[in-house]
Amino acid sequence: MEFIMPLWPAYPELFLLVMTCVVLIVDLFVSDDNRIVTYGLTQFTLAGCALLTFFTGNPEPVYTFSGMFVDDLMADVLKLLTCVSVIMVMVYARAYNAARGMFRGEFFTLALFATLGMMVMISANHLLTLYLGLELLSLSLYAMVALQRDSVRATEAAMKYFVLGALASGVLLYGMSMLYGATGTLEITELAQLSTQGVQAQLVLVFGLVFIVAGLGFKLGAVPFHMWVPDVYQGAPTAVTLFIGSAPKFAAFAMVMRLLAQSLGAEMLVDEWRHMLTVMAILSLVIGNLTAIMQTNLKRMLAYSTISHMGFLLLGVLSGTIDGYGAGMFYVVVYVLMTLGSFGIILLLARSGFEAENLEDYKGLNQRNPWYAFLMLLLMFSMAGIPPTVGFYAKLSVLQAVVSIGMWWIAVVAVVFSLIGAFYYLRIVKLMYFDAPVDTAPIAASGDVRALLSANGLAVLVLGIAPQPLLVLCIEAVRASI
Amino acid sequence: MTFQQLIFWFFSAVLIFASLRVITARNPVHAALFLVLAFCTAAGIWIQLEAEFLGIALVLVYVGAVMVLFLFVVMMLDINIEKLRQGFWSYLPVGATVALLLVAEMALVLTGPWFGLEAAPQPTSAPAGYSNTKELGRLLYTDYVYPFELAAVILLVAIVAAIALTLRRRKHGKYIDPGEQVQVKRNDRLKIVSMPAEKKGD
Repeated sequence: MEFIMPLWPAYPELFLLVMTCVVLIVDLFVSDDNRIVTYGLTQFTLAGCALLTFFTGNPEPVYTFSGMFVDDLMADVLKLLTCVSVIMVMVYARAYNAARGMFRGEFFTLALFATLGMMVMISANHLLTLYLGLELLSLSLYAMVALQRDSVRATEAAMKYFVLGALASGVLLYGMSMLYGATGTLEITELAQLSTQGVQAQLVLVFGLVFIVAGLGFKLGAVPFHMWVPDVYQGAPTAVTLFIGSAPKFAAFAMVMRLLAQSLGAEMLVDEWRHMLTVMAILSLVIGNLTAIMQTNLKRMLAYSTISHMGFLLLGVLSGTIDGYGAGMFYVVVYVLMTLGSFGIILLLARSGFEAENLEDYKGLNQRNPWYAFLMLLLMFSMAGIPPTVGFYAKLSVLQAVVSIGMWWIAVVAVVFSLIGAFYYLRIVKLMYFDAPVDTAPIAASGDVRALLSANGLAVLVLGIAPQPLLVLCIEAVRASI
Repeated sequence: MTFQQLIFWFFSAVLIFASLRVITARNPVHAALFLVLAFCTAAGIWIQLEAEFLGIALVLVYVGAVMVLFLFVVMMLDINIEKLRQGFWSYLPVGATVALLLVAEMALVLTGPWFGLEAAPQPTSAPAGYSNTKELGRLLYTDYVYPFELAAVILLVAIVAAIALTLRRRKHGKYIDPGEQVQVKRNDRLKIVSMPAEKKGD
């Protein structure tokens, strides 16, 4: 009996797994004062993983592990970005965690395991591995939300996240089992072939599709499956919120691509899920933007803004064209960049015993530190979609994709609601520049945080001036993979 | 009706009854015992489906290990079942409506021609010497090695998360480090104080 599988496409994952176990063991022998060793090892692991992803990357899809794992251009790009964003999360979160007793080995190991889960999801070519990656990610995230176990809000958030997440996983699995019932396979490339040929059990396929879309809606946090998002964003420690809000969105996008665009990308089925996504996208835009206006807590406000951004992402996906998927991917990249920056600012202003999560904490930031106020201004402009920041091009490319399939009215609705949404982003700018400061404590930040935050804020501007390379890369990545 | 079908119906009836009792029993210990019954009958059905290894594993792992632990925990924790049932009747109408709608919708699809005996014909039964266990083992360590390893990683995460969330070092704990304890010297414990002698009868 012969059994061969090339391991090299999975080198980044293997390296990450081995190093995570090393971090787990090394951390046992490190005292609380030297926790920086664990931190350094974690950053080394993530950087090594990013480099390995870069060097094992190839434009043609490579399959291994009996067709359960795929290494294609989209996977390479998304995995590289995932590693980079987790590195940024670790840098931003360091001081915050140290001030709250969370600068412990568990935070790093769970974050690394979550990263492994994301990479598995991004490279999945089998519904089983997709699901296992999702569970690996989700379980780590539930535990990270509850890491501050004496905080009532954090445990409540973790509980809600866990119960709703388990329900969503169940719904997703049920949908997958229906796909298996209709086609007799779980492998994504085979599913794609079978669904283009048209299986007899079309109705069963659509039935499973309903459950899959509902499960995806839960994981993305799109209305009407968004109930967990605000509570989790607000209740979790800000460092964990930053983690949840950033890198997992790449994995969620990859999951949407693998399930909808790849497995169920046949003409007839696209029509079926387009309707469902349209409803979800419009509801997300309406409810996300309108509810965000009423929030006084910045974390909660950004949670509702996330919901509306997910609506925009779904607009790109529902177009069902390569350009549309590429626009969706571009939107995710830009969204993660903006989220990293804005939560980075919250983490920067937070100090021991002070969370800096209320809107009035941002009053007069310009007088306290003009540079950080300017960075926040750039990020808020980008979130609102004001040129020349990159958020404008992200929204524009998504809207172009929708218009290209003749759905004008959705584009109009999206523009109207992002105009309404601009109000709450601009309110923060107004508070920072035109109000007198309430909190006058000096802002302390280490050099690496300052440099990275500045680079992050300026990237929003630079990418806004020259968005073409990234957009082209996203479209090419999708074209090479689907 | 063949004998096999008779057994199948019998097991199914017991399984449904036991599952219903798990959620309706007032006493949590009874509920746990009914769950054991449900597992045993489910194992019977699996064995009928020629999945002998899985049937035995279900009995060994779930009934033998998991449920015993579970029963133990249920007996240790004094769960107030009445408190958990509060609000059951007020939520019932909404929940029941949603559940009935779902069941009706699912029945429409599932009773169609796609899940009948024609769509899924009976597979040919394996020859007498066929080893279920060997075949499972071969698949698990070759074709399915990647998901198998991932499942192992998930268990590792579960361990790390459970420890991270529950392990507490008490601030004023009375814990003694045996390593330090054996290194104790006489001088650490015994202090000789020199005092001037006192005269009797002063």
